[in-house]
Amino acid sequence: LKAFGFFIVGLTGAFLIWATFDFPDWADPNAPASLHVSPYYIEKALEETGTSNIVTAVLADYRGYDTMFETTVIFAAGLVCFLLLRRVFFQAANERLYRHLPTGITIRIKGEHPPLPQGEFEPIDLHWIPHDIIIRTVCRLLVPFVQLFALYVIAHGHSSPGGGFQGGVILGASFILLAMGFNLRALVKRIREKAQSVLSTSGVFIYAATGWVCLLLGLSFLDYSALASLLGLDRIMSRSYGIFIVEVGVGIAVMGTMIWIYSNLSSMGNQDEGL
Amino acid sequence: VFWQLDLAVLSLVVVTAIGALSVKDLLGCAILLGAYSFLMCLLWAIMGAVDVAFTEASVGAGVSTVFFISAVFRTTRRSKD
Repeated sequence: LKAFGFFIVGLTGAFLIWATFDFPDWADPNAPASLHVSPYYIEKALEETGTSNIVTAVLADYRGYDTMFETTVIFAAGLVCFLLLRRVFFQAANERLYRHLPTGITIRIKGEHPPLPQGEFEPIDLHWIPHDIIIRTVCRLLVPFVQLFALYVIAHGHSSPGGGFQGGVILGASFILLAMGFNLRALVKRIREKAQSVLSTSGVFIYAATGWVCLLLGLSFLDYSALASLLGLDRIMSRSYGIFIVEVGVGIAVMGTMIWIYSNLSSMGNQDEGL
Repeated sequence: VFWQLDLAVLSLVVVTAIGALSVKDLLGCAILLGAYSFLMCLLWAIMGAVDVAFTEASVGAGVSTVFFISAVFRTTRRSKD
């Protein structure tokens, strides 16, 4: 069966490679892809949307409908992780480790237990990885710069590579770095589970609501020039600002979802002891 | 762009992809997949698709490697096949 599988895979691969010979040459100006709508975007994007990064203009304005559902896909991924790990396969931890701070003694408690006196005991993970002073310090130094860079990426997506997706991922990664440098509780204490889900929902909501506002103001869904009267700008600049609003929504959604997936995945849903 | 650089990156992409499939240790797999993503990011950048390269670097090489590693941490490190 293994040889048969290898044969099938090899054959399919050979067909795929054979099919690539029918592709137009790289950067061929007469390729079908560069004849249809691309010239229009390249010529008109700056003029019509006031956005010098054509990729951002296409992503958030001309193909805004696509991007909205891409954001929804990411939100759905987070939701599925939550439902599977937190609802379906959830098991409460039946034993915990605590360290008595004044003496440094570690105790193991099985099953339910009354709350321990505040400030005297520190919870430790069962798969405890000793804290490393180098990793902790580097993470603490790095996190603010990573977050600042992420905000720059989101806000500067109009004129340089970047935008909501990348910025949101970097912003989420900065919080994940925090969780890896310290522990998962350090992350969950700052962004609670409810906040994680609310963030990833509200990002998608900002996107869709922008579309609905455009619809209510009399133009088609996600046609940001409808926002001109609301923002007090001309139609071109309002398209530029519409792209920005949508990108912020995407950034919030992606950030929230990344943190949500990570905290559920690394702790098997209990959001307490994790990587 | 030099074609030698193109060829070097492309062959490294193939090597890391085959490596990620054949390595038994799943943690090593995740790291190889991260390296693969990073090389793909280089390839996108060489071809001039800077936005795609940026997304690949942040999503493929960054966050999804972390997700893989946390999944390995919670399941098992050995692959069965």
